[in-house]
Amino acid sequence: MGSVGAKDVPVLLSPDGLRIDGRRLDELRPMKIQVGQLHNADGSAFVEWGMNKVMAAVYGPREVHPRHLQQNNKAVIQCKYNMAAFSVDERKRPGLDRRSQEISKVIGEAFESVVFAEEYPRTSIDIYIEVLQANAGTRCAGLVAASLALADAGIPMVDLLPAVAVGKVAGKIALDLKKEEDNFGEADLPMALVPQSGRLVLLQMEGHMTEPELAEALELGVQGCREIYEKMKQALRERYSVGPAGGSA
Amino acid sequence: MKPGPGTYRTGGRVYASVLGLLSERPPFVQVVPLSGRYIPKPHDLVLGTVTDVQGTFWLLDIGAPRWAPLHMTGTPWQVEIGETERFLRVGDAVVVQVESLEATGRIGVTMLGEGLGKLEGGTIVRISPARVPRVVGRNGSMIDTIRRHTGAEVVVGQNGRVWVGGTPDAIHRVSEVLKIIEENGQRSGLTERVESYLLATMPTDTRGPREPDGERAHRDAPPRQPDSEETDEDAADAETETDEPPETMEPGDQ
Repeated sequence: MGSVGAKDVPVLLSPDGLRIDGRRLDELRPMKIQVGQLHNADGSAFVEWGMNKVMAAVYGPREVHPRHLQQNNKAVIQCKYNMAAFSVDERKRPGLDRRSQEISKVIGEAFESVVFAEEYPRTSIDIYIEVLQANAGTRCAGLVAASLALADAGIPMVDLLPAVAVGKVAGKIALDLKKEEDNFGEADLPMALVPQSGRLVLLQMEGHMTEPELAEALELGVQGCREIYEKMKQALRERYSVGPAGGSA
Repeated sequence: MKPGPGTYRTGGRVYASVLGLLSERPPFVQVVPLSGRYIPKPHDLVLGTVTDVQGTFWLLDIGAPRWAPLHMTGTPWQVEIGETERFLRVGDAVVVQVESLEATGRIGVTMLGEGLGKLEGGTIVRISPARVPRVVGRNGSMIDTIRRHTGAEVVVGQNGRVWVGGTPDAIHRVSEVLKIIEENGQRSGLTERVESYLLATMPTDTRGPREPDGERAHRDAPPRQPDSEETDEDAADAETETDEPPETMEPGDQ
């Protein structure tokens, strides 16, 4: 990296342990979730997480196109993560790029670990994740949205998949990095948890950490995931809660 | 506790695999999903759209995870091999009955039977399969009410597809009623809500209950009865949605 003058780097951690947006090291950004907004899709979810806005849609199980990709004994899971051109400050060129391909792959593989695909042989479960506004942690927000969309579509799974990115900012391990922390911090570790088993189905890292730091980050991340899990369940409950009768259709 | 549909067992415990309502029928425990595609059952009457034409069969989209093949021998027509396109083309709508569900996932359907055949004209409205029992009503009461107040021809498929035929006005009113049922299916007072809509929107001309006009070249007798026989049970099940809060996020253990 080129040299960055001291005045270009924001102060990521204040002397009293407050981050750039006033959060403590173990605090999540605010999250708002809506499930079932899209009527064309079999399942959908819209997640607003910090300044991230991510929409996920699930179609399926349905016939596989092209036919030769189908599996005799289970459903294939096809995941496509995409960032809208307007989702970032500098216009993102539309179309597939290496990063989107990578994220599509790791998210798809995370779901392969938890979806009961054997129940729908010769079909396809198609997951579409569209980032409408990005501010770090979009693959985690996308995973959370897709997980809820799969639940909304009635697709059988071992569990929901809460996900979060832990990182290192100003030498300290911090939960749920935002953009400046991701850009100027020392490490970024997105992860996804299967709460039922305590296993991780996604774990990536950029940057540098010592072993003890990694252990601390994993623990903080799992804790964060459990918090997110509760929010996800609450959003699903709200989707089907019955209001008082009355008012016109 | 043995794991039934919608659940799985691991480490000696049973967990839910879908978001749905808990249902215990000892020794099985199951979770009935609140959403999801139509899952075919034998004898279901369903509406399908032709998506592919082959030499000896057509493929139908019935809203299930897989397309259903309709073999040429499963129709009342005399079809020669290779002549299938003459009878049904891509985009045509049909009413068929589910005959068999094979282990491979293949959904066998037939067009031989009363009320089955090709649909001409009209419109197909999609609703959630979970709402079909409410559209039919106890002993067909709701669907009767709809037909009586609109004069429309209505064919209700178990797969949540409803064909409506008649005047544009009748079709519109039936569509609105279906929307009302879709959005308010789990609440009480649904029948009153539907009736008040139908009465409020009665056509004001002096002709009386309308006959569907225009030509609809039905090959078979106009379907009039394909309503579910289990209306009581299904209507009762629809009630439980209001009584029990949905159980499980995944997993809930029982």
